[in-house]
Amino acid sequence: MKAAEAVIEARGLSRSFGPLIAVDNVDLTIRRGEVFGFLGPNGSGKSTLIRMLVGLLAPSSGSVQVLGLELPRKSEELRPRIGYMTQKFSLYYDLSVAENLDFAAQVFGIDGAERRRRVEEVLDEYELEERREQFPRNLSGGWRQRLALAVATVHRPELLILDEPTAGVDPDRRRKFWEKIFELAADGVTVLVSTHYMDEAVRCHNLCMLIRGRRADLGPPAELTAALHGRVFEVGADPVERAISVLRTWPQAASVTQLGRRVHVLLRKVPGDVPATTAALCNHLLEAGLEVRSARLAEPNLEDVFVALHRGETLSGFETRSGRILSGEQWWREPQ
Amino acid sequence: MTERLRRSWRRVSAVAKKELRQLVRDRLSMGFVVAVPLIQLTLFGYAINQDIRHVATAVVDQSNTEMSRYLIGQLEATQTFDVERWLSDDEQGRRLLRQGAVDVVVVIPPDFARRTYRGRGARVSFLIDATDPTLAKAVTASVNGLEDHLEGRQQTFAAGISDVGASRGSRDRQRFEAEPELVHGRQWEFSTLTYYNPELRTPVFVVPALLGVILTTTMLMMTALSIVRERERGTFEFLIGTPIHRFELMIGKISPYVVIGFLQIVIVLGAGLALFRVPVRGPLPDLAVASVLFIAANLALGLVISSIASNQLQATQMSFFIFLPSVLLSGFMFPFGAMPKPAQWLGELLPLTHYVRISRGILLRGAGLDAHLFEVAALLLFVVAFLAIATRLFKKEMG
Repeated sequence: MKAAEAVIEARGLSRSFGPLIAVDNVDLTIRRGEVFGFLGPNGSGKSTLIRMLVGLLAPSSGSVQVLGLELPRKSEELRPRIGYMTQKFSLYYDLSVAENLDFAAQVFGIDGAERRRRVEEVLDEYELEERREQFPRNLSGGWRQRLALAVATVHRPELLILDEPTAGVDPDRRRKFWEKIFELAADGVTVLVSTHYMDEAVRCHNLCMLIRGRRADLGPPAELTAALHGRVFEVGADPVERAISVLRTWPQAASVTQLGRRVHVLLRKVPGDVPATTAALCNHLLEAGLEVRSARLAEPNLEDVFVALHRGETLSGFETRSGRILSGEQWWREPQ
Repeated sequence: MTERLRRSWRRVSAVAKKELRQLVRDRLSMGFVVAVPLIQLTLFGYAINQDIRHVATAVVDQSNTEMSRYLIGQLEATQTFDVERWLSDDEQGRRLLRQGAVDVVVVIPPDFARRTYRGRGARVSFLIDATDPTLAKAVTASVNGLEDHLEGRQQTFAAGISDVGASRGSRDRQRFEAEPELVHGRQWEFSTLTYYNPELRTPVFVVPALLGVILTTTMLMMTALSIVRERERGTFEFLIGTPIHRFELMIGKISPYVVIGFLQIVIVLGAGLALFRVPVRGPLPDLAVASVLFIAANLALGLVISSIASNQLQATQMSFFIFLPSVLLSGFMFPFGAMPKPAQWLGELLPLTHYVRISRGILLRGAGLDAHLFEVAALLLFVVAFLAIATRLFKKEMG
């Protein structure tokens, strides 16, 4: 299959603020039609990277081309072709929903009857019709995000860049918001979205994990998690609090998370096959005098990927720098 | 009880320490804390100068004799009058007065020397621009003082034994065949004529300039806050993400305020007419043109401030920083000519100074824009310069 045309192409992109390196040598290729995610904790450089990709921030070094335009030199040419939704709500609290949309349509150069038609269309599409006269200051966070997305799409951009669009929004609203994103993607819009919600990240076609301003890994979420297959276990043991403290001091465990009455364990390395590993895990708990109810291999999730990456591991066997397919014992790399 | 007080004190000092830390970290604000008192001190010290000296004066010396020149010398010796123009007819003098080029015109009649030598006394007229009552009063007082001071001096001068030099006046004496006994006759008479505000009413002087002061406050403040507010509310990032050009943004931001500015002019001028009977002697369209320029200059200056300031507090401080010298050095409060030269130079750099001259000229002296070409050019220059600076400073970029 021929790869779709690159919409965003970044090479060695870096940006520092004084002594702080916010984005460090990031390479990226985002192709037309995909929903591409940036996943990273707060302060991992997501917003800084996004601002460079929309041409609102000049890189300290490296180059970036968006829709074939060299940034930041051609930022102004790029503006009408992209929709950008800022992390912080950046619309006017003292303009109504419809007025905000109308203002955006005007500055994006949509004129006269076409503008009125488009505003109505967007109001309808985002179910903002009933709230058209309301002011954003009286809207809930979820509705504000919806309005912000509506505004970002009013001029039908071919590329949509959303900086943590669902931060602080309830799960139901978030789910609806993502339905909207996929509708847009189905219409051929390329979507770049940053998030720190794992459940959202997993929905992206491709995901770039950012840690401390660096590109920690990149690939389809399923492939990223697949790299950890065989290293994640779920254990039921009593008392659960003690099981956690016992596992945390176990050199084999990379991370231990409580899931209600159960414990989610990511192992540091794969000591052998799954039955042997399960046995070792159980033995360790039993030796500590715990009652083990169950112990089984679990599906790795993005959080596990995250933890592993955070420890400095290289996971993906699909798009590493050397292009080598990694497997078996080579899945992990012992941190220095 | 003491324990409660102690705790309360700890909380107070915690807040005080936090405030101090924040203030010190806001470098610009801290700069203002240090700079503002110093600047105010020098401004007030220089500008508030109630003894009026060096009033721009034109002399119409129709006598053109040694005696008239003696009188002019005496005028200059008072230091109240700076004779800047020498004219031959008094119509020219009146025109300069109307244009605001000079504040006083001294008319020495053709028969000045002859009448003096004949002992018949001579009348010298002082035409005073009374737009500024303070100035007019000071000039009048000075004229009266000079009259008293010169009492008897013309005889001494005529007799050729003046304190200036024995030889002076000898040619005059021959020319006018002075008769020694007649020389001891009547004294010189100085008459003062106050123009434009003959009743010396302060509102007449203040209201036209107040137009400019009010516009400075509101226009400067409103635009100074306009971009900073977008920054603080976060809407700035949305705005710069749109295809709008920064110059379009600037123009779009200031144009509504031009209308508001005009509304203010109508209100202030209307109230001035109704309450204080402020005259409107010149063409109002000219005032409108000057006002547009002045409003635009202030708005553009406000944008400059808004582009520099990083928060609304800083923007407010900076506007005040412009506003204070504007009020003090523009001639609104204190006679411009009476200020020392450096203060005047500084004053020339402020849009208000030029607008005050135009509005007084048009409303009180009936002079049109043609009489204020320099001021118009200055305002135009401000608009262009401030807009250029603001556009330059304003970056469509997140810092």
